[in-house]
Amino acid sequence: MQFDWPILSVLIWLPIAGGLVTLALGERGIGLGRWVALITTAVTFGISTLLYTNFDTTTAQMQFVETHQWIPAFNAAYALGVDGFAMPLIILTTFVTPLVIIAAWKLIEKKPAQYFASFLILEGMMVGVFASLDALLFYVFWEAMLIPMFIIIGIWGGPRRVYATIKFFLYTFLGSVLMLVSLIYLYLKSCDAGQCSYLIADFHRLPLGLNEQILIFIAFFLAFAVKVPMWPVHTWLPDAHVEAPTGGSVILAAIMLKMGGYGFLRFSLPITPDASAQLDWLVISLSLIAVVYIGYVALVQQDMKKLIAYSSVAHMGFVTLGSFLAFELLRANGDVRGAAMGIDGAMVQMISHGLVSGAMFFCVGVLYDRVHSREIAAYGGVINKMPIFAAFAVLFAMANSGLPATSGFVGEFLVILASFRADFWYAFLAAMTLILGAAYTLWLVKRVIFGAVANENVAALEDVNGREFFVLAVLAVAVLLLGVWPAPLLDVMRPTVENLIQHITVSKL
Amino acid sequence: MESMLANFHMQVAAAEIFLVAAICVVLLVDVFVSDRTRWLTYALSLATLVGCAWMTLEYGVDGRVSAFDGMYVADPMGDLLKLFSYATVAVAFLYSRDYLQRRGLFKGEYFILALVALLGIMVMVSAGSLLTVYLGIELLSLALYAMVAFDRDSGVAAESAMKYFVLGAIASGMLLYGFSILYGIAGTLQLDELAVELRGVESHIGLVFALVFIIAGVAFKFGAVPFHMWVPDVYHGSPTPVTLFIGAAPKIASFVLAVRVLAEGLEAMVASWQDMLIVISVLSMAIGNVVAIAQTNLKRMLAYSTISHVGFILLGILAGTNDGYRAAMYYTFAYVIMSVGSFGMILLLAREGFEADRIDDFRGLNRKSPWFAAVMLMLMFSTAGVPPFLGFWAKVEVIAAVLNVGLTWLGAVAVLFSVIGAFYYLRVVKVMYFDEPTDTTEIRAGGTLRAVLSLNGLAVLALGIAPSALIELCARALP
Repeated sequence: MQFDWPILSVLIWLPIAGGLVTLALGERGIGLGRWVALITTAVTFGISTLLYTNFDTTTAQMQFVETHQWIPAFNAAYALGVDGFAMPLIILTTFVTPLVIIAAWKLIEKKPAQYFASFLILEGMMVGVFASLDALLFYVFWEAMLIPMFIIIGIWGGPRRVYATIKFFLYTFLGSVLMLVSLIYLYLKSCDAGQCSYLIADFHRLPLGLNEQILIFIAFFLAFAVKVPMWPVHTWLPDAHVEAPTGGSVILAAIMLKMGGYGFLRFSLPITPDASAQLDWLVISLSLIAVVYIGYVALVQQDMKKLIAYSSVAHMGFVTLGSFLAFELLRANGDVRGAAMGIDGAMVQMISHGLVSGAMFFCVGVLYDRVHSREIAAYGGVINKMPIFAAFAVLFAMANSGLPATSGFVGEFLVILASFRADFWYAFLAAMTLILGAAYTLWLVKRVIFGAVANENVAALEDVNGREFFVLAVLAVAVLLLGVWPAPLLDVMRPTVENLIQHITVSKL
Repeated sequence: MESMLANFHMQVAAAEIFLVAAICVVLLVDVFVSDRTRWLTYALSLATLVGCAWMTLEYGVDGRVSAFDGMYVADPMGDLLKLFSYATVAVAFLYSRDYLQRRGLFKGEYFILALVALLGIMVMVSAGSLLTVYLGIELLSLALYAMVAFDRDSGVAAESAMKYFVLGAIASGMLLYGFSILYGIAGTLQLDELAVELRGVESHIGLVFALVFIIAGVAFKFGAVPFHMWVPDVYHGSPTPVTLFIGAAPKIASFVLAVRVLAEGLEAMVASWQDMLIVISVLSMAIGNVVAIAQTNLKRMLAYSTISHVGFILLGILAGTNDGYRAAMYYTFAYVIMSVGSFGMILLLAREGFEADRIDDFRGLNRKSPWFAAVMLMLMFSTAGVPPFLGFWAKVEVIAAVLNVGLTWLGAVAVLFSVIGAFYYLRVVKVMYFDEPTDTTEIRAGGTLRAVLSLNGLAVLALGIAPSALIELCARALP
């Protein structure tokens, strides 16, 4: 499908332009700036729905493609396009950002214009990451994105914000730089093959020896594993989440983590299929460790945000598990359906986790704004004072523990089914999440929401206002909708998933 | 008579001849103006640079032209480097005026010495023989020594100048010694003849000997490890406008020194100097980045950051390919643009009795001036090599150059050191954005400084989003 106007460019540059306008209006013009931010993000979301309604679900080809020359010296192109992987993630991005703007409406006291502008610029860059067809362009967005996030955590974060944001930046920067070397290596390789190009699609076709593949795989793996984040390189996440302001945590959990999963599907699997097949045991074991061990770690947390952060690591384990099961399934018995199920599950899990974890962080934000504490022990019996809020919180907690009819169930179930086809023990360990996830989430709910009113802070709580209600309600609808009717999402992905599986079954050696 | 002049190809050196004449005029005028009318020196110096630019453009060449019996050459690379040097010196003048005026340092010497240094750079850029190279180096160095010491009341500056002079003289001596051994073996000082002669010579112990001395001299001029000791002291001790100047224009000269001597003259020995430069480059990136972390003074931090950037420039040169030299040139340009901007920021915040050269002096800048905090943010992220800024593309270019000659491990080492480097740039951003201001004095800098600095910051962004303009320019100069 193709429009006669560059829809993806608009989705990237409109929020960035809106951010610059907000910045230009400055702190004195914040009254207007807020509306500029809200309207820009809302319009961006509106436009992004056109991607869905006009998406051709019969092809794995890139759609809405735009190509312009960018740096002729490297043959790098400003090339944009989406397929079944990128499109849902772009819509997730444009969907969550306006909610972040609404949630922060008048709560930010320090430099609100810069706050809104950071999120708007960040939104444009995140869309850019998902929409880039050129590896160099992808890398530019991938790294540039760190700058607004660095600022967001550093200015509006909690007491240890400086430590957390520098750790976040350096961790992710360290992870990504070797990817840059790999991308340049692949480019030079493509020159040897006769056609210099940074297009990701050309990298997919590039023949590579096994040793090269393994080194490139490791470089990519570092970049994406840090971002996902996988055990044991997840340690930046709890710090960043805890210190970030609510909006920062939401974007981090809902979208930034997905970039790691997206990177595996877009780069690692298709560019280095043989190395991925060789090293899939590594990814699978790390994923299972994340699911089980980090699940236990989440159980003992005293801080609500930290608990959700660890639960994110555990849930993202399903994404990497689902993606890499494909090799084992294909190798053992050519089980294409099982492989597709794993990747489908990974994608659904990404979208669902984006909604659920975002919603959970919003819930913590609502409480934090009133009591200014994230300690679980500081709450108790919130339901007595905030019944509407409690209803939402319980719903999202259910979704987080993977209850059927919520989106959390679909992704986990698909991945567990796929792992059954591969190995009983994979499935056994992965299914532990159903117990552990329920344990830490429901115990959190029990301690915070239920029971008698714990102290005078809780006694003084007021229920959600209209703005908060709107944000939570919108997310609740999305979580339920995806839970009972995931077909629209699965349909748009199907050709892309099939194409990917077909691609990775062919060895590059 | 006329034919003789034509033989000499005087126009090859037209800009240099004009500059010498102009320096004499400025010097004379400066004797007769009072402190109140000193702006005349300033204006004339800027006009001189415009005149030089016009000359270079007017007599620009498409290919290599040599003059004065091969002592002097002009080529597109040289023209581009000269034009860039004029621009750099002009920006340095524009940035420095406020600072110098406020401190009673607004004297003719700063401008005249800077123009003489520029002349030295131009001679090096156009050098066709080792002797011309040496003349250029000495002209540049002597002017720089004097500039460092030109605040006569400052003890630190005098100490720095002494240190710079003694070490610089030793380095020049080593370079000269290397040149003389080369002359003994090859029997010529001319770079193109040298290249031909050496192609026939099998590995000769004297050549390696000469090479070691030459590399040591080049590394000193670059400020590369282990010849970097002077850099932090000189950067720290000089008045900030001089630091700005030393941090920018001479880097162009160092680059051209390496290209003319190593790439053109000693092309046949690429395998030998490649290995030496790999060691120097890795050490520079390591020590520069690691030691910069410990600095609290911004000028010193930028000095160590320079050392690490020199490591990156050397990466391009050591590739030993045309792509590599182009990448190194692009990196040099990018570095100069960013470095000028960073020191410009110090000048912007400085006022009477306040140097603004400690990192803590940038505390809470976002509160005082969001725009200039943003400019500094862009400069810092660019210097750290984070996209979408200019510095990122410079890194991409040099890494591609070393990967292209099969030194993949070196590319990986380089990017890993750049991560260490990111930390101290982030710290500057941290104090500007995350800390509260300690003093609330308004920025008092004049309009010109504000405007040019803003353009400087925007250039770093614009050349990062659309990098092809500068890349194409380099490609045209070094096809």
